[in-house]
Amino acid sequence: MTSLLKLEAISLRFGGIIALNKVSLAVAENSITAIIGPNGAGKTTLFNCITGFYRAQEGRILLQKEQKQTDLVALLGGSIKFSEGPLKGLRKFIYGLFGGTHLVARSGVARTFQNIRLFAEMTVVENLLIAQHRQLNRNLLAGFLNLPGYRKSEARALAKAYEWLDIIGLGALANSPAGALSYGNQRRLEIARAMCINPRLICLDEPAAGLNPRETDELSVLIKRLRDEFHVTVLVIEHDMSLVMSISDHIVVLNYGEVIAKGSPKEVQADPRVLAAYLGTDEE
Amino acid sequence: MDFYVLGQQIVNGLVLGSTYGLIAVGYTMVYGIIGMINFAHGEVYMVSAYLTAIGLAVLAYFGISNPWLLIGLTMVFAIVFTSLLGVTIERLAYRPLRRANRLAPLISAIGVSLILQNYVQLSQGAKNQGVPTLVEGVFRMGSEDHFFQITYMQMVIIIVAILAMAILNFVVQHTALGRACRATQQDRQMAQILGIDTDKVIALVFGIGAALAAVAGVLITLNYGSFDFFVGFVTGVKAFTAAVLGGIGSLPGAMLGGILLGLAESLFAGFVSSDYKDVFAFALLVGILIFRPSGLLGKPTVEKV
Repeated sequence: MTSLLKLEAISLRFGGIIALNKVSLAVAENSITAIIGPNGAGKTTLFNCITGFYRAQEGRILLQKEQKQTDLVALLGGSIKFSEGPLKGLRKFIYGLFGGTHLVARSGVARTFQNIRLFAEMTVVENLLIAQHRQLNRNLLAGFLNLPGYRKSEARALAKAYEWLDIIGLGALANSPAGALSYGNQRRLEIARAMCINPRLICLDEPAAGLNPRETDELSVLIKRLRDEFHVTVLVIEHDMSLVMSISDHIVVLNYGEVIAKGSPKEVQADPRVLAAYLGTDEE
Repeated sequence: MDFYVLGQQIVNGLVLGSTYGLIAVGYTMVYGIIGMINFAHGEVYMVSAYLTAIGLAVLAYFGISNPWLLIGLTMVFAIVFTSLLGVTIERLAYRPLRRANRLAPLISAIGVSLILQNYVQLSQGAKNQGVPTLVEGVFRMGSEDHFFQITYMQMVIIIVAILAMAILNFVVQHTALGRACRATQQDRQMAQILGIDTDKVIALVFGIGAALAAVAGVLITLNYGSFDFFVGFVTGVKAFTAAVLGGIGSLPGAMLGGILLGLAESLFAGFVSSDYKDVFAFALLVGILIFRPSGLLGKPTVEKV
């Protein structure tokens, strides 16, 4: 199986704290990979690096797209060093001027947040339309005059939005403000919104947090559908171990910013280092 | 109370207020999207007054004399150059400070404001400039010596202001670009994560704000006929007040605040004292903010957890 995402020795420091220390991992295409670890292990920081929130200080994050590899870290620009030569410097300068987090999204990485970040004042369907912004006719004049091209592109976007609303079962609530939805519905809407940018990789940050057991079951079905039906690769941070063990193909365990174990759910469960990280250990 | 004086002052107040509202939109949109107060916005308006005079001169050179054509073409000319100015200011003075302390762009804005004032003073001279009256004629109500009037120019101002606000409202509420603006306003980072180039959206907002300031600049200049390099300051402060009064960050609030401020000013000037009209306008602002700290249509700020 080919890997869609490859992290090569990613490091990130905040002052004296080493949040991520040479993290390397590979995510197989069309798989569900879970990242677990105790609180403060650097899981969300890792997500922030992958989705372009933070720029990793060292290492590369490679996204495989058809035959092309994109370095997600390079899209964010960076400080120009003389030792690297003029060509690399110019590249960094250009990405510094025009690059940014939005380019990471455009290369096919979507994410959801631990604390839900919907556009609460917009309607449910508008939230899904925003995510399709890239694929739309955004010409101001065309929009203002409601030209045929604009109408067609809006209609396509609406159709896709409603398709997703049906998948997550919110079709009836399309025009209510997103902030008024129940917690579980907001979580599912956030996943649908992330899917609307046509991602190849979707990063879910604790999607089951705060859900009741029934909603968690529905969630695991939805996550599996993302992989099997929509062929996206799923990267998920989760604390609910039964959910993690039941859905993941592959698990990566982080502790203190380092990868301490990776493998199939069975392998990870049996790994003594993982048990030590979670439960503590007698030996010193 | 004299009915005709009241009518006259209401007309004057509406005219004044709708121009305040147009300029206030620039303050309120920029505040909404990046949380800074663009103190250079008044100067952008001032530049558009000069562009009006330049535009009229150029058109006169080409022998165009139809007043409506003159107004229309001057408006287009002023809008194009003023929005370019607005976008340029954002690019050069504010975007490099995007990640800096919140106060840094504020200081930068004051700097831009001084630069524009001084540049215009040096290049155009410090004395008052004037443009000819293009549209003559008034609409009068009442008898020979007891009447109130609305000039055709005043009517044009009110109609154009309403039209501009309606267009803006449509763009923000019903187009894909407006949707991106609203999303960026609510959560800039999230908008980026969804692939929206928020820098472009912010530049667009500065462009729109400057375009509306240009509309106001052309209208006011044609109405009063005279201006100097310092008009931006007072008008800017008034428009900012209007934005705060209506609830900064709210589009309809800016228009409402502008009209209320204009009416308050002109009614006070008409019935009490024209020397203290500004005092009254600001006292009204203080009074309203005591009872509604977030402005008339503003939403109370909720601390994000």
